[in-house]
Amino acid sequence: MDTGLTRRDLLKQLGTMIGAAVVLPAAVPFRAQAQTAAGEAFISLTAVESETLRAIVARLIPADENGPGALEARADRFIDRALAGALKAQRPTYAAGLAALNSYAQSSKGSAFSKLAAADQDAILTDVQQNRATGFTGGSGQFFNIVRTHTIQGTFSDPYYGGNANFIGWNLIGYPGARVVVTADLQRMDSKPAPSRKGAYDYGMFSKGEL
Amino acid sequence: MATTLKKTNVVIIGLGAAGGVACLPLAQAGIDVIGIEAGSRLSTKDMAPDELKLNRGLWPPGAQKVRGEGPTSRPNASAQAVRVNHPMMNAVGGTSVHYMAQSWRLNPWDFKVRSETIRRYGASRIPKGSTIEDWPFGYEELEPYYDKVEYAIGVSGKAGNIGGKADERGNIFEGPRKREYPMPALRNSGYMDRMIAGAHSLGWHPFVAPAAITSKAYDGRPGCAYHGYCIGAGCHINAKSSTAVTTIPKAEKTGHFSIVSEARVTTIEVDNNDRVTGVNYLKSGQEYFQPADVVIVAGYIYENVRLLLLSKSKAYPNGLSNNHGQVGKHYFSHNQGAGVSALFPFSLNNWYGTPGQGIAVDNWADDNFDHAGLDFIGGGNLYVYTERRPMASVNGLGAWLGGKPAWGSSWKAFVKENADRTNGAYLQKTTLPYESNYLDLDPTEKDPLGVPVIRITAEFKDNEKKIAAFIQDKMEQWYKAAGAMAVQKAPMPGGMGASTHAYGGTRMGDNPETNVVNRWGFSHEAPNLGLLGGSVFGTSGSRNPTQTIQALAWRTAEYLAKNWKSIAT
Repeated sequence: MDTGLTRRDLLKQLGTMIGAAVVLPAAVPFRAQAQTAAGEAFISLTAVESETLRAIVARLIPADENGPGALEARADRFIDRALAGALKAQRPTYAAGLAALNSYAQSSKGSAFSKLAAADQDAILTDVQQNRATGFTGGSGQFFNIVRTHTIQGTFSDPYYGGNANFIGWNLIGYPGARVVVTADLQRMDSKPAPSRKGAYDYGMFSKGEL
Repeated sequence: MATTLKKTNVVIIGLGAAGGVACLPLAQAGIDVIGIEAGSRLSTKDMAPDELKLNRGLWPPGAQKVRGEGPTSRPNASAQAVRVNHPMMNAVGGTSVHYMAQSWRLNPWDFKVRSETIRRYGASRIPKGSTIEDWPFGYEELEPYYDKVEYAIGVSGKAGNIGGKADERGNIFEGPRKREYPMPALRNSGYMDRMIAGAHSLGWHPFVAPAAITSKAYDGRPGCAYHGYCIGAGCHINAKSSTAVTTIPKAEKTGHFSIVSEARVTTIEVDNNDRVTGVNYLKSGQEYFQPADVVIVAGYIYENVRLLLLSKSKAYPNGLSNNHGQVGKHYFSHNQGAGVSALFPFSLNNWYGTPGQGIAVDNWADDNFDHAGLDFIGGGNLYVYTERRPMASVNGLGAWLGGKPAWGSSWKAFVKENADRTNGAYLQKTTLPYESNYLDLDPTEKDPLGVPVIRITAEFKDNEKKIAAFIQDKMEQWYKAAGAMAVQKAPMPGGMGASTHAYGGTRMGDNPETNVVNRWGFSHEAPNLGLLGGSVFGTSGSRNPTQTIQALAWRTAEYLAKNWKSIAT
């Protein structure tokens, strides 16, 4: 996929979706930007949707004593961006699912999901995962699995796609990064390879994937 | 209206592992060959080490005929068949572009399973309902072609038996080979060394498995870079010895071989004398007829069988070369389910490498051990390998959570600790053909062109289930001997489903009543129709089929070149 084309498509969608008042995303790689910069516009999601999604990913892979989590890795931004591209077909699923999850939080805990305490959020997510939450089409567990899959993608996939910021996901599991040549030393059990701090496309050798 | 093209000597349908090899001996003999391939040509630019791109199925780019023609599958004739994904891909080089590149010869026993079982254990030991026959020739017949393929494409390995002399550094159970591999085996990783030590402690014979990957510079290509992202993806430096970077470009250089890519063959035409006359294909929405003296069908098994069954004519009312009703029969996949995985109490540093870089044990394969006191025949090859991808490592831990949620802080801690501590073994086991397992055309399901897809009716029987349980125990022993703290055994699947290792359907044998092709790979019924691929196999062995497919392809092509006049006219 030619990046120029992708960007044009992206801009076109921006235009139709939220009008001309929007600030265009910078052309620099996403992971080089400041994390979750205040006021940074979402591409696909509405303000309420993005707040809800951010709260979900922050509980799925939380920041804790084991380091930063999915939110810091910008999994929310990965999903937002993909919903205007490779995951476009799932945009309605997110609209319906996030709304249903918020309504369920409101009815069972009396507040929007993003405003709840972590323990209450976990209780809601457990209900959603176990198909106990009401108001979802096709079962709440199905929506949970979709968001979880995309949160994992947004945390552990190549940073090219806008997630895994600062290699947060790869550092968490000890994956030493994409390389195009691996020496014998890097495959010994007594060695811990230094992170390459590179994704596939940093090598300038490959046609890029669809964002 | 189809455009009739200028006649050529040979049309090869499909330029994968098989057709991509067969083109070379033919073109070198001065025979004009046109290869018709549904996929496109890929380059190293298409081989990004990008897990998400690979998982999304956006790879490879180009026309993907198989995606529209996934077969239907059912375990037996009374079950409802459901649509499944086609396991292969289309490209110049076919699945040899993205395969695991394990490159084995079958063992001598695999060619004579029936007669050797009867000789050693008695006729009662042939499982009930099995239609197994010996191959029409033994390992010795194929040895020179294995050798040609190993040197032509470039295979790395360590011989375990040269001229009958066993060498413990290789596989002592392999059949005698004329000479050493063209390249030394791929290097060992630390994890492989640990598994070797574990196998030795059990008194077994571990060895570095052979791979169609360069272990050093070979024939103008560099040695493997061990960077991961090998299976399901092509090589970014052409170290994987796919036909796209080996035999196909060599054949093109002769001036006698040309490729029509992104074209799909719809039917094979027949004249009034039972002979084939050429193929119809579609390219960019246009219909063409390519006349040829000889047609060689070299797609994947589901494509081969489907094309024959779809090519109906006055001479062959039930499908081409099917007047004996054998097309689609003797189908079986490879008994690869019932896996075993292990959790170690330390990191394995298994992030890089390639699935072709691994350690095998053949002590429990084929008839390498005494079955007198056992209730099955055959066995399995135990194999462990390198390469681990980030998302796969995280998702793969699901089985180790014991039902606890796969999200949240405690899950995250578990993932952090164990992402590089697991390993799954690859266990390929003897699978037999049975009367009740077969392929035919699905009565209702169709591809986007409105053409019926293949229907798989096949299930594993007692013999396969007993081997699986036996092999799982052996694998558990091996993992524990290597220091695993926990081992899990997956349940045995019932239905065979669609498989990357599928066999039969156009079986090879001397008897035209029970086989579609003769010992040279040509139809018993249409003398100028050749068939290549796993569809001609009568037994599976307990290892990957590709190199045997390629050796047979070379042999069929060479036979055609040497007997050109009698076959082509």
